[in-house]
Amino acid sequence: MRDYIIRRLLTLIPILIGVSIAIFIVMQLIPGDVVSGILGIEETPELRAMWEAKLGLDKPLIQQYFSWIGKALTGDFGESFRTGAPVFPEIMNRFKISAELALLACVIAWIIALPLGILSSLKRNSIIDRIVRVVALLGVSVPNFASATLLILFLSKTFNYYTPVKYVGLFENFGTNMEIMLLPAFILGSVMAGSVMRMTRSSMLEVLRQDYIKAVRAKGAPERVTIFRHAFKNSSIPIVTLIGMQIGGLMGGTVVIEQIFSIPGLGQFTLTGITQRDFPVVQGCVLFIAFLYVVINLLVDILYTYIDPRISYS
Amino acid sequence: MENLLEIRNLKITTLRGKNTVRLLDKVDLSVKKKCSFGVVGESGCGKSITANAILGLLPYPLRVSEGSIRYDSKDGEKELLALSKKEMRAVRGQEISMIFQEPMTSLDPIFTVEMQMFEALSFHHPHMGKGEMRERALEMLRRVNIPRPEQTLSSYAHQLSGGQLQRIMIAIALINDPRLLLADEPTTALDVTIQAQILKLMNDLKEQNDTSIIMITHDLGVIAETCEEVAVFYAGQIVEQASVVELFQHTAHPYTLGLLRAVTSLGGESRKLYTIPGIVPPGGQWSQGCRFADRCEQCREQCRRAMPALREIAPGHLCRCFLHGEEVEA
Ligand SMILES: Nc1ncnc2c1ncn2[C@@H]1O[C@H](COP(=O)(O)OP(=O)(O)OP(=O)(O)O)[C@@H](O)[C@H]1O
Ligand code: SF4
Ligand SMILES: [Mg+2]
Repeated sequence: MRDYIIRRLLTLIPILIGVSIAIFIVMQLIPGDVVSGILGIEETPELRAMWEAKLGLDKPLIQQYFSWIGKALTGDFGESFRTGAPVFPEIMNRFKISAELALLACVIAWIIALPLGILSSLKRNSIIDRIVRVVALLGVSVPNFASATLLILFLSKTFNYYTPVKYVGLFENFGTNMEIMLLPAFILGSVMAGSVMRMTRSSMLEVLRQDYIKAVRAKGAPERVTIFRHAFKNSSIPIVTLIGMQIGGLMGGTVVIEQIFSIPGLGQFTLTGITQRDFPVVQGCVLFIAFLYVVINLLVDILYTYIDPRISYS
Repeated sequence: MENLLEIRNLKITTLRGKNTVRLLDKVDLSVKKKCSFGVVGESGCGKSITANAILGLLPYPLRVSEGSIRYDSKDGEKELLALSKKEMRAVRGQEISMIFQEPMTSLDPIFTVEMQMFEALSFHHPHMGKGEMRERALEMLRRVNIPRPEQTLSSYAHQLSGGQLQRIMIAIALINDPRLLLADEPTTALDVTIQAQILKLMNDLKEQNDTSIIMITHDLGVIAETCEEVAVFYAGQIVEQASVVELFQHTAHPYTLGLLRAVTSLGGESRKLYTIPGIVPPGGQWSQGCRFADRCEQCREQCRRAMPALREIAPGHLCRCFLHGEEVEA
């Protein structure tokens, strides 16, 4: 197992190098550059040359890349072209916020989806099952920017709600933080809940048909034991896979929601970096998100071995 | 009660769309104490659903629409169809156990054998200690001739063979000393040599424990090896019923004769040389006459018009066929 984990972590190196090259190329291809962004109408050839020298943009592309990756390998992700602030600490700050949002969204999604998915599989074709299925379908098919906008509109009309202007940290003021985070978390969570619910239902239905479930009942098992200990645990592999992918997606994929709710998370940081052509910021963010993806996938694969003894890596 | 189990007028139906479809029709069965009762018939005749109905394990949308299943339990006579869910759970695995056709999929793949044997005990003896459970589990594994019981306890299903798994299923089924064992094709999925071993094991255990067995199979050879009484199922009905000796010596129903011709002998190298042509009509496609008529070589005009009654043609020998009497089903 230890060897397996080490091997998996080693695969990170080519992945991250590949990603960084791709980002580098893409950043060169998109029109506009950081210097004209900084200088605006005050741009003169002298000023431009000065800034390009300062940011190292006067060097050949290959050299730019290698000097960046050389530093990145030592853990130095450089400074923002725009603010001059070191990128890595800022990524960590933003990550904490995104992680909180993601975690809240997951908890909300699971609280909604797992019980309803199980219930729906047990009461197949009943009224409850039908309602759950329709709601789940809505959850997966309405894009979250639409539900977010609608929800904000609805809340502002009926409860005089407004999206907060300034973010307040979890440890500065818990109450205010929750006021800011719960709504976006709910919107993200409800989208996730839709697919988790569908996966739970179909996976449970599949397992409930198995011989061993009948065999457990034939031993005289209470329904609770049959459903949770045997059926749900056996159903959980595809659910865990889905949840892992969703968490990975949440890390970088909350751009829209963070934008709508003015939450200074990783997604927003990446987006700002892109619009301002702030290369070190974009590189840092995307690499970090790629790193999270791989680690989360690894955690999911490790979790499999705890759920199912037939799965082992050697 | 004189008998251990009395099934009367059992009817099972299912739903297809909005229609109710009959799957089992007016089945009567009596299983004597300490007796092996065989149920034989081709695939789809209603053998498994009958067994599942006894333990209340019919899958939705199947249900018992009529009838009675009386059982002489350790603490008095019970109507199984009228039990609450809780009372039924107390019967399952303790009074009446069941083993299934596919040993490979009958154990939960993600738990150890030990855990699943302990479960069978703890559902009915919640206060039993780990040590005692372990002792009991090991004893059962030894009784079903599992070679390395300690090692087997910590194994998972995918680490064991089909024969071993079926032995373990039998050990689990018998761990609480039930009075009745429902064996739904327990050897069908196994190799011929393993089949013979499992059948011998079941015979031995039955002798030691005074457990009655309902042996479900599509193979009259298995019935001959293990049973005293036998009922032949066809298309949701009993078409012939007798003691095994009587059935083999004075086979009456054309369907039973067909099954006999198709018999595979255990342990031998003979293959199925003969199969009855045609298929069993499924529920919903039963004619009003004899349900075997389309496949019967001796079918007469009368057979298509009315359904023969199940009548006693010799002491203890029932048959549903116009060749053995003109009586018509009410
Ligand atoms: N879950 C179910 N849903 C719908 N119909 C079912 C279900 N289970 C059984 N049936 C139907 O009930 C009838 C009897 O099935 P049963 O399983 O009792 O047959 P069997 O005699 O045990 O055959 P086999 O040898 O194949 O096990 C069949 O026509 C089958 O199609
Ligand atoms: S009643 Fe007629 S069709 Fe049916 S088994 Fe007897 S002879 Fe054959
Ligand atoms: Mg069957």
